[in-house]
Amino acid sequence: MAKAYTPGLKVTNRITHRVKRVLPISGEVLVKVGDEVASSDVVAETFMPGDVYPLNMANLLSMPPSDVPECMLIQEGEEVQVGQIIARTKGIFGMFRTEYKSKVAGTVESISGVTGQVILRGSQQPVRVLAYMTGRIVEVLPREGCLIEADVSYVQGIFGIGGETHGPIRLACASHEQDLTPDVITPEMKDAVVIGGARVTDEAIKKAVEVGAAALVTGGIDDQDLRDFLGYDLGVAITGSEKVGLSLIITEGFGDIAMAESTFSLLKSREGDHASVNGATQIRAGVMRPEVIIPLTGEELEREKEPVHTAGALDLGRSVRIIRDPYFGLIGEVSALPHEQQILGSGSKARVLEVKFNSGETVTIPRANVELIEE
Amino acid sequence: MTIDPDNINVILATDCGSTTTKAILIQKVDGVYRQTHRGEAPTTVEEPFADVTIGVTNAVTEVQELAGLKLVDENGKLLHPAKGDVGCDIYISTSSAGGGLQMMVAGVVKEMTAASAKRAALGAGAIVMDTIAANDKRKPHEQIQRIRELRPDMILLSGGVDGGTEAHVVQLAELIAPAKPQPRFGSKYTMPLIYAGNKEAAPLIQEVFDESIDLTIVDNLRPVLERENLGPARDAIHDLFLEHVMAHAPGYDKLMGWTHAPIMPTPGAVGNILQRIAEDQRINVVGVDIGGATTDMFSVFNGVFNRTVSANLGMSYSISNVCAEAGMDNVLRWVHFDMDERELRNRVKNKMIRPTTIPQTREALVFEQAVSREALRLAYIQHKEFATTLKGVQQQRTVGDTFSQEVGGQTIVNNMKLDLLVASGGVLSHAPRMHQTAMMLVDAFEPEGVTRLAKDSIFMMPHLGVLAEVHAQAAVEVFERDCLINLGTCIAPKGQGKPGKPCFEYEIKGETLNESGVMHYGELKLLPLGEGETAMVSLTPMRGFDLGHGPKKKIETQVRGGTVGLILDARGRPLVLPEERSACRTAMTAWVEAIQLYPEEEPAAVGVG
Repeated sequence: MAKAYTPGLKVTNRITHRVKRVLPISGEVLVKVGDEVASSDVVAETFMPGDVYPLNMANLLSMPPSDVPECMLIQEGEEVQVGQIIARTKGIFGMFRTEYKSKVAGTVESISGVTGQVILRGSQQPVRVLAYMTGRIVEVLPREGCLIEADVSYVQGIFGIGGETHGPIRLACASHEQDLTPDVITPEMKDAVVIGGARVTDEAIKKAVEVGAAALVTGGIDDQDLRDFLGYDLGVAITGSEKVGLSLIITEGFGDIAMAESTFSLLKSREGDHASVNGATQIRAGVMRPEVIIPLTGEELEREKEPVHTAGALDLGRSVRIIRDPYFGLIGEVSALPHEQQILGSGSKARVLEVKFNSGETVTIPRANVELIEE
Repeated sequence: MTIDPDNINVILATDCGSTTTKAILIQKVDGVYRQTHRGEAPTTVEEPFADVTIGVTNAVTEVQELAGLKLVDENGKLLHPAKGDVGCDIYISTSSAGGGLQMMVAGVVKEMTAASAKRAALGAGAIVMDTIAANDKRKPHEQIQRIRELRPDMILLSGGVDGGTEAHVVQLAELIAPAKPQPRFGSKYTMPLIYAGNKEAAPLIQEVFDESIDLTIVDNLRPVLERENLGPARDAIHDLFLEHVMAHAPGYDKLMGWTHAPIMPTPGAVGNILQRIAEDQRINVVGVDIGGATTDMFSVFNGVFNRTVSANLGMSYSISNVCAEAGMDNVLRWVHFDMDERELRNRVKNKMIRPTTIPQTREALVFEQAVSREALRLAYIQHKEFATTLKGVQQQRTVGDTFSQEVGGQTIVNNMKLDLLVASGGVLSHAPRMHQTAMMLVDAFEPEGVTRLAKDSIFMMPHLGVLAEVHAQAAVEVFERDCLINLGTCIAPKGQGKPGKPCFEYEIKGETLNESGVMHYGELKLLPLGEGETAMVSLTPMRGFDLGHGPKKKIETQVRGGTVGLILDARGRPLVLPEERSACRTAMTAWVEAIQLYPEEEPAAVGVG
């Protein structure tokens, strides 16, 4: 049977992490196995074929398509400059000839006597792939890219916007329950990965953009604030290409919700360290969640031990987060796992579990509505 | 391979979805084919398994345990033919794993050949990523840029009627060739392109493309403006789907060796079975499959099949988009109590980012079903706009047509002529009460006249769609007996009236149900007519109302019962809800009570213990 609960988000003080960095089309890989790279180093580059400019020469010069090839002054494969005459009609007895001057620079790719169409291709555009994560090259994919590995502290968020960025970690909130408001954002946070606590407001995000922060990481956000900031209502959770001035990562969800205490403590313990952040989220088959990666260096490598990971199974005593109303965001311990399906308040039948909160209160929740807190 | 239908006793079918692989077993019981057992397992296309057959074997293993048969050998391979308790006679499969089949289509005129090409691709079960046409209002360089950005699995190019102008379609090819569309499977994959345009232009098209494109030329899908010929293009899409797309998906080469009929894209198979049923029973059918991300809509009217995919209308991944497109006011009109809008918006987004959660409270369920009504309504509007008569056809008019405004491009979807409405997909099939499923259909589709409502019990239509290719009789028998759960029949006149005024009179005569009365405008009534029961109804609409034979014209017909019963709907068509929020809530409350949508006597809610 399929697992009927959401696997938890990964939050760990030490893990060996690999990132794959590949070019969109084949090109040159600039690193070799064993190289140490920093997040802003270029690891591979290539040149994308230039933009294509179709010119309907038959229409432009008012002649039949079949006449186009012999009226071309530039042949396939030859280069053209801006303003260069590339075609001239035969005219009448050599008089009244009309010409076409190229508006772009590039190469003539094809000339068609059927449609009268000439295809010009602009100059090549360089594409560079950065390392993104500070680490060591462990594998080179010839002409494609490479794999980078590092021992890191790793925090996965539930939702984010904006792409890859990096910067030092700066704490804005004193506790995981403190809202991230504009007054705690300061000019010193320029280029930093700013850590908040609970809900972030639209004004706080705007202030962070104003001071030039690289990224914001916090517990929750109100849908209205996200809409106000983006300027539109997000329809599907496929993000990463937004150009909004920073990357934003939400660790828990939408609404008034505090960051999980363990996540906050981890980020707090790494204040001042350099982090790589990616807000890109894709929630479809092949889920992609936003992430904060903090490579371990020197003494941290000695100090931080890789935790013993328990298998991703629901057991009595495991910590879980409830991820749907009416108890959304609450964290507790599994206190019972009844085998039989039960009828929910909605009238549906589903497998359930009992969750005990710190207060001693116990609630029954569908198994689909909890996620494991990975420790 | 040739299969002798008479010797087929055990049929195994799987559907490899993006997340779950579902297996069903069909056996001959007392001379008729019945679906007997089912099993499911997570799909194993992605790492760490990267072999789809593992999920298939797991799902089949569950079936064999339930059925007490041996269907899989020690090496995880399916056994056949059937001998006693071992093996199956036929194994077939559909697939939508890895995001299904994604295509780009191109045609010369957006409303004509490009629309026909889109119909062919959708009908074959593809997701159409974009339609490029000479008149799509984009500049050529914008079109090229778009082609470069897309990463389709396959391209379908059409344009021009046979013997017509060649230049336009060649020009389109000249845009596609330099764009060098990149497939999603990486650089080793050669992009398949199907040319189904003006046959005279085929040699010129061949010259345009180099070896980076794998060109297949088939018959023109619009040989003359008056007629579409989508079959050859659809077949070519299916062939190339197997040769290219499937061959690149992990484990599919192995799976293809197991099956006794070509693997079909899941939606293509659903379309197949609905077409067959419509043809067999000479009825008009609409089928819907509402998923987490998308909603697939199928219709067969007067033998013409259409399919649309509403890419961002769904109940989990796309729930936020449904609310954004429909507007929260439109969603909330289906809710019969007060809800805090800000809170709701956050809940919608939380469902979007954690799509596997389920509603725990009645309040959450009512809201989700309200969203589904809007998702279905919007998807149906898109379907109606797409399923049209052919555009660009010259119309011959006589003096008698002077006052008729009919032109080409009218929708062929006619709710009054609709006979059967079939529901499938999580929110519809997993609703705690079938009454809720029925009312989601009635509210969203607004069927007119007399319409039978049904749901696909366990989403078996894909399996039966492929089965129909090899054993039509078995497919039709199972469809009727096990696939559909009859919900009942909806009777709803078209027209508008004043609240409380008579709308139609009814007289029902049956073995278990004998009633007569008057329905007043704005009323909704549920009468008990159980599964397997039928009744004769005599209906007389009042002035301004029509039940299919014209305004005020009486109709007499037989209706089928079901798990819900007979729904008498005098709310008028088109269905207009009161605009003022409290009036709307009052109306909804009355309707909820009339149909017993959310009865209070259900067991106490699970909650604080």
